[in-house]
Amino acid sequence: MFADYTAAELTSIFAMQGFAGLTLFSVFVLMALGLAIIFGQMGVINMAHGEFMILGAYTTYLTSTLFSEYIPSLFSMYFFLAMILAFLVTFALGALVEWAMIRHLYKRPLDTLLATWGLSLILQQLYRTVFGAREVGVTLPDWVMGSYPLTDTIEIPINGIFVMAITIMISVGVYLMMFKSRWGCQVRAVVQNREMAGAVGINTEKVDRITFALGCGIAGVAGSAFTMIGSTGPTSGQLYIVDTFLVVVFGGAQSLLGTIASAFTISQAQSTMEFFLSGSMAKVLTLLFVVGILMIRPQGLFALKIRVK
Amino acid sequence: MLSNLLNKKLLSSKIATALALSTSILLSPALQADEANSTGLAVTDKTVKVGILHSVTGTMAISETGSVQAEKLAIDQINEMGGVLGRKIEYIQEDGASDWPTFAEKSKKLLVSDKVAAVFGCWTSASRKAVLPVFEQYNGMLYYPTFYEGLEESPNVIYTGQEATQQILEGIDWASKTKGAKKFFLLGSDYIWPRTSNKIARKHIDKLGLKVVGEEYYPLGHTQFNSVINKIKLKKPDVVFISVVGGSNVAFYKQLKAAGIDMSKEKPLFLTISVTEDEILGIGGENIEGIYASMKYFQSLPNDNNKAFVEAFKAKYGKDIVIGDVTQAAYLGPWLWKAAVEKAGSFDIDKVREASPGIELTTAPEGYVRVHKNHHLWSKTRIGVAEPDGQYKVVYESKELIEPDPFPKGYQ
Repeated sequence: MFADYTAAELTSIFAMQGFAGLTLFSVFVLMALGLAIIFGQMGVINMAHGEFMILGAYTTYLTSTLFSEYIPSLFSMYFFLAMILAFLVTFALGALVEWAMIRHLYKRPLDTLLATWGLSLILQQLYRTVFGAREVGVTLPDWVMGSYPLTDTIEIPINGIFVMAITIMISVGVYLMMFKSRWGCQVRAVVQNREMAGAVGINTEKVDRITFALGCGIAGVAGSAFTMIGSTGPTSGQLYIVDTFLVVVFGGAQSLLGTIASAFTISQAQSTMEFFLSGSMAKVLTLLFVVGILMIRPQGLFALKIRVK
Repeated sequence: MLSNLLNKKLLSSKIATALALSTSILLSPALQADEANSTGLAVTDKTVKVGILHSVTGTMAISETGSVQAEKLAIDQINEMGGVLGRKIEYIQEDGASDWPTFAEKSKKLLVSDKVAAVFGCWTSASRKAVLPVFEQYNGMLYYPTFYEGLEESPNVIYTGQEATQQILEGIDWASKTKGAKKFFLLGSDYIWPRTSNKIARKHIDKLGLKVVGEEYYPLGHTQFNSVINKIKLKKPDVVFISVVGGSNVAFYKQLKAAGIDMSKEKPLFLTISVTEDEILGIGGENIEGIYASMKYFQSLPNDNNKAFVEAFKAKYGKDIVIGDVTQAAYLGPWLWKAAVEKAGSFDIDKVREASPGIELTTAPEGYVRVHKNHHLWSKTRIGVAEPDGQYKVVYESKELIEPDPFPKGYQ
């Protein structure tokens, strides 16, 4: 396959392919983090995760429309504001959903699956009614759509770098919140023993609400970032949901580190195989690989040792 | 009506025919309605009912909305002109909900309970395959708008979009003759239409003595194309021939642009058979500038029919609306049906079917079309280049109408 190419050409292709793998890794981490927090810390299977992402994407779309309409001079900078807004909007909706629906279902974790799936259908139809059935085109500032020529033959997509930067920021942020802040301490206490945590004065309801809302908020940011690489339509969220669950389950539901490790494994495997085989075959092999590992380690790559209730 | 009732009640009896004949002679005023409708369709002296069957919810709503709009526009216009055989068209709209069994169920409802005289609908091949047995069993007539893979010819379907060879052969010929392309890379979503299309494309490329340097399929809804973009960079084809559909489209072109490939430089040249103006709305004109598309209709076609059509469409649905290939094909459905009914002088499905081959439409937005005896349309194929405003500029048009050939010899 490589006989006809010079060493320099091959080097540059492999460099770009390596970067493609890293981009895929960042995308996986970004879309899985929100779900991992909710699934891992609360045991709630949020089937509407994709729809929260798309809410973030629509928020970005609205922001871009507003900017190009009213303050075109600042258009190149709108994306940062859009991401913050996306976080706030999805965070608020997450809190609302938790209050109205999820908190009544904590004793019936499997029912959350059904309830959030229903929610995802409702949200899809809502987007369809408000924004129309067609996909909307999010106009992006020119600087995110180009590529950065590293050498003559190696070109690095800027949106890839951007997604990577966001992923690192969010991951570090989540790490600090979970393991260094007082709130994170409370969350972990609630996960390990809800009754005991309540007994020592932790407001478990509030912790639940913020955890769920935070997970949704991160989904919103992910959705906002993905307007650079994907589509924004009422059902676009469905495009991500399978991969997201795959990453979270494979990594071990209760471990954020596991999520990152699993995102890395899956993305590298998939991106390498996509290059050497065809796209569909790569997907098949990736899934087989994940299924195989999960048969040996049903708890996923990483599992926290917690007391079984 | 009376003779109909009698007919039903005495169906098994041997004297039924004789009696029914004598009653219809006695009740001569009823005879007229019977001639136009001898099989009990939902036709009165003033109205005729037809069905519209598309997905307005679910994944496919993105694509099918335009078809619904076009069919309603055509029906409105026909009614303004006095209807069909003096009867106003009333439509019953059902939602296929992007779910193939639902399509089958709803089509049965339209044919059996509503007794509609024709159905305009379906979009994906999967939905068409699901309703096909229903239409054949209950003898309905379906006008199907989407360009598709061919390999089908049903007496109960009129295919108003192009079948694969019409769209593909012309596009590849154009790329090799006008652009001197020698190496092709085939890329598609992984389902029947892209696979069949690429099979035809590959055979044709072989026939021309040119080379296929790669053929790749990605699952529907795939959102990460960086690996295949690198592969394209490595293989250096002259033409990338694309049949990626749905949300994947947006991801593919955005990532292509971000990977530093300027599509308007034509190195390689990108030729798609799946991106209409509708899809460009979601992709963004600035992200797809410079790609070529091979299909039969573009909104920018300069003929007078099309100008009037675009104007009417915008007047009804707003000035920002865009019209893609399938939307135009859907618009042809009601008009072709009207012409066939009027030629037959009857709404009867069998008579409409008999009258359909040879029907021509000189008022079609795409110019002129004629129904072939295989129920597909003779049509021209055009090549357009995408401009930043989301429209295609037509750069080439086939000289003659291209004969539809759903079972192409030597391409299967």
